[in-house]
Amino acid sequence: MQNKNLFHYILGIADNSLILGQRLGELCGHGPSLETDIACTNISLDLIGQTRSYYQYAAKISEEDKTEDDIAFLRLEREYKNVLLVEQPNKHFGYVMGRQFLFDVYHLMLMQELQNSKDETLVAIAKKGIKEVSYHKRFSTDWVKRLGDGTEESNQKMQEAIDGLWRYTDELFQLTDADKAMVELGVGVDVSKFKEAYYTEVTEVLKEANLTIPESKYFTSGGKKGVHSEHMGYLLSDLQYMQRTYPNMKW
Amino acid sequence: MSNNNWPLWEVFVRSKNGLEHRHFGSLHAADADMALENARDVYTRRNEGVSIWVVESSNITASNPEHNGELFEPAQDKVYRHPTFYNLPDEVKHM
Amino acid sequence: MSDEQVKSLEEIFEARIARDEKIEPKDWMPEKYRKTHIRQISQHAHSEIVGMLPEGNWISRAPSLRRKAALLAKVQDEAGHGLYLYSACETLGISRDELYEQLHTGKAKYSSIFNYPTVTWADMGAIGWLVDGAAIINQVPLCNTSYGPYARAMVRVCKEESFHQRQGFEIMLKLCNGSPEQKEMAQDALNRWWWPSLMMLGPTDAESVHTEQSMKWKLKRKTNDELRQQFIDQTVPQADLLGLTIPDPNLKWNDETGSYDFGEIDWDEFWQVVKGHGPCNKERMDARVGAWEKGAWVRDAAMAHAKKKENKKLKEAV
Repeated sequence: MQNKNLFHYILGIADNSLILGQRLGELCGHGPSLETDIACTNISLDLIGQTRSYYQYAAKISEEDKTEDDIAFLRLEREYKNVLLVEQPNKHFGYVMGRQFLFDVYHLMLMQELQNSKDETLVAIAKKGIKEVSYHKRFSTDWVKRLGDGTEESNQKMQEAIDGLWRYTDELFQLTDADKAMVELGVGVDVSKFKEAYYTEVTEVLKEANLTIPESKYFTSGGKKGVHSEHMGYLLSDLQYMQRTYPNMKW
Repeated sequence: MSNNNWPLWEVFVRSKNGLEHRHFGSLHAADADMALENARDVYTRRNEGVSIWVVESSNITASNPEHNGELFEPAQDKVYRHPTFYNLPDEVKHM
Repeated sequence: MSDEQVKSLEEIFEARIARDEKIEPKDWMPEKYRKTHIRQISQHAHSEIVGMLPEGNWISRAPSLRRKAALLAKVQDEAGHGLYLYSACETLGISRDELYEQLHTGKAKYSSIFNYPTVTWADMGAIGWLVDGAAIINQVPLCNTSYGPYARAMVRVCKEESFHQRQGFEIMLKLCNGSPEQKEMAQDALNRWWWPSLMMLGPTDAESVHTEQSMKWKLKRKTNDELRQQFIDQTVPQADLLGLTIPDPNLKWNDETGSYDFGEIDWDEFWQVVKGHGPCNKERMDARVGAWEKGAWVRDAAMAHAKKKENKKLKEAV
């Protein structure tokens, strides 16, 4: 493959959308109210839409006879490059909104920068995605505030979620070799440079939400290199079930 | 079971600029921001709108149908408010 | 109000409906009209919400991204339809929470078809094709029902529903044009969903308690048996097109009636499921009650936060 780095760079972004979209999809029909079910499904649909655009592009440049679905469903766990944050389970609604918020703040920054990429396809995807992601961020921010600054119980639960998810945030700003190569070419975004802005923004919201910023300086990473948490295998066995059980069929 | 129920809101949507907001339906939300977000997700997911109003249902004052006689029937025979009440010769066009 | 006054109001009311006038929430209505409507609209809303579960079961396992998105959008629509219908029901003076309470305690019913399990991907096709097909036959006449909020909700529901059945049929078509395994999967799904779909249109006219009154109030335009016949007549040719066999050895075209004759429906099974002893009644209720209970702290938090914000605004204004 000539564009190997570009291919991997795209997957690095797209896999986050796929896995988070998958997690939100699991929630459909089980949320705290009909209205929130509809809202979370909308976010899931946006993410899956983005995923398809990225994978279609990746399939095109792969120079192999691949489809978006081959990329989505037929890789080994070690080949998925999403961050650990997005694969974390829907432990309760506080986790769902916390995970969403911690990802959305990053995601919007990424989309904004990606608009300046030298790659036209990525620019087009980012331009469309930016509106969706802005809304996701508004939605999850509002909910973090509601739950943080709601009742005593909700404050505890939201704090528990933030504490539990915090250690996955640092990975968002790490660069893989493919990322670095793409940054060099002016195609990729150097995510490490908005780390400070990210924590400033997140801290502000958490404070407003009456939540404590976790003090731990210990972070976990690995997803970007394909080393995932134990949750990932189960997520993939759902995601890949049909394609693995009935190989080479059209649906 | 909790008695802390989210109140009901009425949703009005402008389908495109130039048209008025029209009542689309209702939903539940804890506050106005949430009502707007929910309205967007519930009532405009097929591209139905460019602007949304939400108002808490309890803030709407409605006329009582029992008073419909006194409220609306007196307007029925005021035919002189309508252009067709006036007889003009056919020669007068465009009036 | 004296009995005589009520009687004359009732006569005026029935005459309005007979003239095809719509009844609106604040209009006077007989208590029975209100109760019947609460029962039917909420039953309809509950069916949408419980109906999310069997299909929701396959969202995480959909075989392609395109199918995943379509299924998500469809299940989301069902949530939307439940919401429209609960809202219509609320105009009759009952809250959504009370309606949920009725569902969760088993006091309210929902369509019994959702108590069957979805065991293969083909079930997503069969549900869209057959269950939504039967639902549409039931629902289209309701766009013209006498109670304004219900009629308006149904107009919206029917408009959105039109993609659901096509989505299901397309899934079936793809399976039937696919490998022998896929075709077998489709036939198996038809075998399992055919009879429950026929039952979904309700007990036979002889057994149906509500039909006459419902006809008068335009809650029903055709009897259950007429709707069932319509469903069969429109579905059999579609099965032919797919190359699938309807699992009824007695199904036969009748030149005289211009319709299909069909075999005996197992009404014992129907009543067993309605009474709560179907394959998934318990699972469906557990899922609904579980979601509601697990969400209580979230709903409470949102209200508490809204009050805090309100108080803050008031303080700032002083």
